Amino acid sequence: MSFIAIWSIYKYEMFRFFRTILQSFVSPVISTSLYFVVFGAAIGSRIQEVEGVSYAAFIVPGLIMLSVIMQSLSNSAFAIYFPKFIGTIDELLAAPVSFFEIVVGYVGAAATKALFIGTVILGTASVFVDVHILHPGAMVAFLVLTCISFALFGFIIGIWAKNFEQLQLVPMLIVTPLIFLGGSFYSVTMLPPIWQTVTLFNPVLYLISGFRWAFFGISDVSVGWSLLAIAAFTGLCMTVIWWIFRTGWRLRN
Amino acid sequence: MTAIVDIKSLRKVYKGGFEALKGVDLQIEEGEILALLGPNGAGKTTLISTICGITDPTSGEVLVAGHNWRKAYRQARGLIGLVPQEINLEGFDRVINSVRFSRGLFGMKPDEAHIEKVLRQLSLWDKKDARIRELSGGMKRRVLIAKALSHEPRVLFLDEPTAGVDVALRKGMWDTVAELKANGVTIILTTHYIEEAEALADRVGVINGGELLLVEDKQRLMERMGRKQLTIELQEKIDSIPASLSEFDLELAPDGRSVTYSYDTRGERTGITKLLAGLSEAGIVLRDLKTSQSSLEDIFVGLVEGGTTPSKEGAA
Repeated sequence: MSFIAIWSIYKYEMFRFFRTILQSFVSPVISTSLYFVVFGAAIGSRIQEVEGVSYAAFIVPGLIMLSVIMQSLSNSAFAIYFPKFIGTIDELLAAPVSFFEIVVGYVGAAATKALFIGTVILGTASVFVDVHILHPGAMVAFLVLTCISFALFGFIIGIWAKNFEQLQLVPMLIVTPLIFLGGSFYSVTMLPPIWQTVTLFNPVLYLISGFRWAFFGISDVSVGWSLLAIAAFTGLCMTVIWWIFRTGWRLRN
Repeated sequence: MTAIVDIKSLRKVYKGGFEALKGVDLQIEEGEILALLGPNGAGKTTLISTICGITDPTSGEVLVAGHNWRKAYRQARGLIGLVPQEINLEGFDRVINSVRFSRGLFGMKPDEAHIEKVLRQLSLWDKKDARIRELSGGMKRRVLIAKALSHEPRVLFLDEPTAGVDVALRKGMWDTVAELKANGVTIILTTHYIEEAEALADRVGVINGGELLLVEDKQRLMERMGRKQLTIELQEKIDSIPASLSEFDLELAPDGRSVTYSYDTRGERTGITKLLAGLSEAGIVLRDLKTSQSSLEDIFVGLVEGGTTPSKEGAA
């Protein structure tokens, strides 16, 4: 295992992030503030407490998940798509590194960026509402696992994408709806029974539910199911990536 | 000498059925400069990409310093530096950062002294903090070479290093290559400029249509196939070559105003003095003399256009 190679990739990717640190920092702060103004203050004032938690506080875990999922996904997808696009991927393929090292480097960097942004959002949120975290350890664990699993998923999308349109396609058409319909801004119990059943097939529900449990001790599905779902998703992504590197799919012609 | 890169019946068939490499066998010796000549689409880049692990072959294998390039890819690839044909660089990145990254990617511990040496050697040191997109094409190509040299490879693949580079820069690039060879780096160079192969290579391989037509010591190749010709223009037209000159390989031009003498420059005697004396004895008055030598280019064009595989006798 070449730790130097992993560290080189990680450092290189993080360097790209710090080059645009202001954008990386300002945009989540502004978008989170907007969500709080719209959902927290304007709409939230008309909504009673959800399961004993004020609505503004209730949406905090969902908001963090929304950003963290999108950030890790798009960061990772772009990080591997870009070398493919400009051709620097050849250097990676000719280097004495295994797929595992490449993945750890890229996915690690994408997950770190998402984690950073998640922390910024949590900080911003605590300006608007009193955020109380019941299980801090579990909260961090869910956050980190989500960052990693969606960075893995993004890596697959980045390798699969043949152009910039495709790169946007999965996040826009699949992941965004899944996040919104996964209970980011509401409890599943607020839905009619038929939709509650449908929602159970949405993997993102399990992540948000588990994450919210870590904050408030309330959840739509049990924490065990949440952990199982995230483990299964991570495992699936890893298997696909392993297969990609073994066959050279869309990497080696 | 030992083969540092041993290519064994490498074959590559692309999905559409196009056979880019038709079973290439090639031994690259340590410390040499091998030039692979071939027209566009001959399979030069496919061959290099396959050796470097970017393209998967259909069959065949490569050993780098005895390491199988797939089973022991870490050892094999670690010895190889690749300068690709396309300028694949991240424009926003700074020169030194990009070079450092390459070194790390190849698992080498940071060594600022080495990075500085490489950048100075390639006249890039004063540009080390420049963004790559601000550099000229020739500089970008040198950045690619710096990246390849950053991890101290023993074998360097240069895929058309001087494509689209002006004449002055090309000469500079040749000096760099010669210097690398002096440092003991084995160099494999692809080019379609014959003069480049002629100026740099120890051995020349000619590749066309996915087949290695010939690999031979450059000097020997030119000796074997490169004959020199002396054209003698005559003051007065003659109808036939005098019998006294029959021992020479002479050819009379159809207009009878010049004769051509073919000879081997490597021979003990070229026979020119004797021929000139013979001509004067026969009473033939000369008007002018002209010599010409077939270049590697003539040989190359002859090989590629001839379509037939020449005899490989004497091939290394």
